Amino acid sequence: MERVYRVLFHLRSVWAIIAALAVGSILILAAGSNPIEAYYTLFQGAFFDYWGFASTLVKMCPLLLAGLAVVLPLRAGLFNIGAEGQIYIGALFATVVALYLPGVPGPLHIIMCTLAGALGGALWALIPALLKAYQGINEIIVTLLLNFVALHFVSFMVSGPMMEPGAPYPYSPEIPDTLFLPHVLPRTDAHFGVLVGVVIAIAMYAVFKRGVFGFTLATVGRNPDAARYAGMSVRRHIIVSFLIAGACAGLAGTFEVLGHRYRLFHAFSQGYGYDGIVVAFLAGLSPLFAIFSALFIGGLRSGANMMQRAMGIETTVVEAIQGLVILFVAVSLAFRYKVTEIGKAIARRGELEQALEDKTSDGKE
Amino acid sequence: MTNYKLSLENISKSFGTLKANDQVTLDVRPGTVHAVLGENGAGKSTLMNILYGLYRPDEGRILVDGQAVAIDSPRAALAAGIGMVHQHFMLVGQLTVTENIVLGMKGQGLKLDLATHVRKISELSQSFGFEIDPEAEVMKLPIGMQQRVEILKLLYHNAEVLILDEPTSVLTPNETGPFFELLERLKSAGKTIIFITHKLDEVMTIADDVTVMQDGKVMASLPKSDTDPANLARIMVGREVLFQVKRSSHASGPVVLRLADVSASNTRGLTALDQVTLEVRAGEVFGIAGVDGNGQAELAETIAGLRPVDSGRIFLSDSDITQTSISDRADKLGIAYVPEDRHRDGIVLDESVAQNMILRTYDRAPFARFGFFNPGAIRDHAERLTSAFNVRMQSVDQEIRFLSGGNQQKVILARELEGEPKVLIVAQPTKGLDVGAIEFVQQQILVQRDRGVAVLYISTELEHLLDVCDRVGVLFSGKLMDTVDSSEATPERVGLLMAGVAA
Ligand SMILES: Nc1ncnc2c1ncn2[C@@H]1O[C@H](COP(=O)(O)OP(=O)(O)OP(=O)(O)O)[C@@H](O)[C@H]1O
Ligand SMILES: [Mg+2]
Repeated sequence: MERVYRVLFHLRSVWAIIAALAVGSILILAAGSNPIEAYYTLFQGAFFDYWGFASTLVKMCPLLLAGLAVVLPLRAGLFNIGAEGQIYIGALFATVVALYLPGVPGPLHIIMCTLAGALGGALWALIPALLKAYQGINEIIVTLLLNFVALHFVSFMVSGPMMEPGAPYPYSPEIPDTLFLPHVLPRTDAHFGVLVGVVIAIAMYAVFKRGVFGFTLATVGRNPDAARYAGMSVRRHIIVSFLIAGACAGLAGTFEVLGHRYRLFHAFSQGYGYDGIVVAFLAGLSPLFAIFSALFIGGLRSGANMMQRAMGIETTVVEAIQGLVILFVAVSLAFRYKVTEIGKAIARRGELEQALEDKTSDGKE
Repeated sequence: MTNYKLSLENISKSFGTLKANDQVTLDVRPGTVHAVLGENGAGKSTLMNILYGLYRPDEGRILVDGQAVAIDSPRAALAAGIGMVHQHFMLVGQLTVTENIVLGMKGQGLKLDLATHVRKISELSQSFGFEIDPEAEVMKLPIGMQQRVEILKLLYHNAEVLILDEPTSVLTPNETGPFFELLERLKSAGKTIIFITHKLDEVMTIADDVTVMQDGKVMASLPKSDTDPANLARIMVGREVLFQVKRSSHASGPVVLRLADVSASNTRGLTALDQVTLEVRAGEVFGIAGVDGNGQAELAETIAGLRPVDSGRIFLSDSDITQTSISDRADKLGIAYVPEDRHRDGIVLDESVAQNMILRTYDRAPFARFGFFNPGAIRDHAERLTSAFNVRMQSVDQEIRFLSGGNQQKVILARELEGEPKVLIVAQPTKGLDVGAIEFVQQQILVQRDRGVAVLYISTELEHLLDVCDRVGVLFSGKLMDTVDSSEATPERVGLLMAGVAA
């Protein structure tokens, strides 16, 4: 019995999705369509149609990387609400290297753009990390506010200094076609970035499971006093976890430019950074499950377009369903709140703040 | 016949394959103090958690005033008049005493009644002599007072039976006296008290009846008048206990650890150590006596490297280590440290026993290579140490939070003693240990001494200090009052120094 209960509990994200789809069917009925048919079209289109699946993968790439950018700091009890901004700055850095560094041979140039994008995201995430580590300033607020700064800064760049001459609205010139990312499904848009995302997710999973860094990061989150006693620097872990998270989000932005749009558009991300939070929580903060939750959310998005085309149901219905998924995932946290990874992560915050306030010395600096 | 306040009948509880309670039967007379004794991991806390509705027993029943009651939650326990103060407190630090007490009370317009609650709590507090300000913030109260808040809370909820799990382990020796007086007052008001402890003299002082547990079973249940400490220890451990370790006289070597005029501040930024100068030699146990809160914690943390000095220098075999980081002190210099507050500093509750065993050596081969752990080596290491220190648990993969309090302490000791340290700092190492384990730990410390380790032994328990130490220094408000040779140290002499009276 106990075991059955535990299995049911661990599948809570699945229940949340089922509940959301059930409630969503009322919305579809209200929109005047048959929910079964609508869902069939949606999932058939998103996962069992060659082109549709490709478009799911295109959406999955930034969702997954942004999700990982949320998962990693949360292991230490830190919230990164700033993936959106890190995506923009990452994309900006990548585009700058792509456009203004001609003459580098193609493959090397791709790598340089990628590294620049990761660096951009990391630097943007470094701001809240330093403020948190040295001033104890709430990282949730700082990361959130920096999103708007990044969004408008990129808008300014592409409507001013980097704007394509004569463009009808703000975007940069196209990057050289030698920089276009290879495709994973021939003749589609599905680009190589999604594979990079999956590899990073698996690596992160391995580090969480067996890696020394996974252990020290969790220890810093679970018991900062014991972490200091063990010689782990709380500050260094805050900074490093944000740098890696920012790099992941930066890659999301980079691959949007190199793999999908081939230019820097203003406001191109459409909230992938925020959806990353949904991906992370739907995955129960597991990097491995984040692959599946990103795939699912990506599928909802691309399927929504099919559904609209085939049945005339507004994509906003699907957005509402995604909202319901969030709602039900949140509700599922209420069950045995304490034992979930998420519950623990939230509980960690208080202790971490205390430890930072402590005037005593920090482990290795 | 049914004039017991509380009866437990054939209670059993297993965790996996481990029988934590095995057919436990216990009768408690009304208006008495009933002590429950037993080795670490004997199942005392488990039994009390069952009584308080935190665990469900696999079998057996509970009777209150002769009536069988179903207790499936703390709320149900309180409704049946049973309340519990845990080994580790469960108060919300940021709230006031009153808020903590009324927290979770049903059917009350909280805001509306707060003033009334404050008044009633203050009356209750006065009637038993608690001396608690109902509007004080709990976080700012000393531990001893927080414990009183926990008890007051139970009284306010009309508990008739009070379960106290190792209440004296958080108290300093001079807080224990007033605490026992409080228990006496509760008793004369008709309350029934179940009192868990490892200290036999406390049993002899305060208890009316004693129950001794071993391996989940009740070994004996008898009135205090029918027994004595040696007898209790024999029932509990199953062998004779010496109560005093044999300390061979031993020539000490050169000075290993030296503090020169060290001053340091506490967490609140106030001076906690005031120009402390001391030397500890190889092969010597140097004791630090003093009433808790006179700078002991800061002294240990300063030497371990957790707390920066404000002035002064620390030397290890003549090299200045004042600025060396904690991990270098532990790793390269061999300064082992058993912190006093094990839940806060010593272990990570969410991690396995095995991981906790490598908390300070986690990045070393063979435990880790190329940034990844080698679980086999970690498990072997933990298995070796847990069996050497007789840690009771199901497996080294278990989260350490599921170990009994005393067994958690043994894990820390095993870890710190294992690395062949040069300097060993132990703060209150016997806290929460049973008499057998205390003997074992003290022997281990003496083994280290005979190996040539410089040991700094911090304790508020004078008898233990005088048993184990070669010299004893006394801390009083951050100053090292005097150092006496333990052959010349009488409890009276050290006691005066502890009160700040210079010799
Ligand atoms: N939730 C749990 N899951 C698994 N094992 C448990 C759990 N709680 C207790 N145990 C095990 O049951 C045994 C009895 O533990 P308990 O805490 O009752 O001991 P205790 O007598 O209070 O010891 P101590 O004096 O050290 O506090 C121990 O071996 C402990 O590891
Ligand atoms: Mg216990």
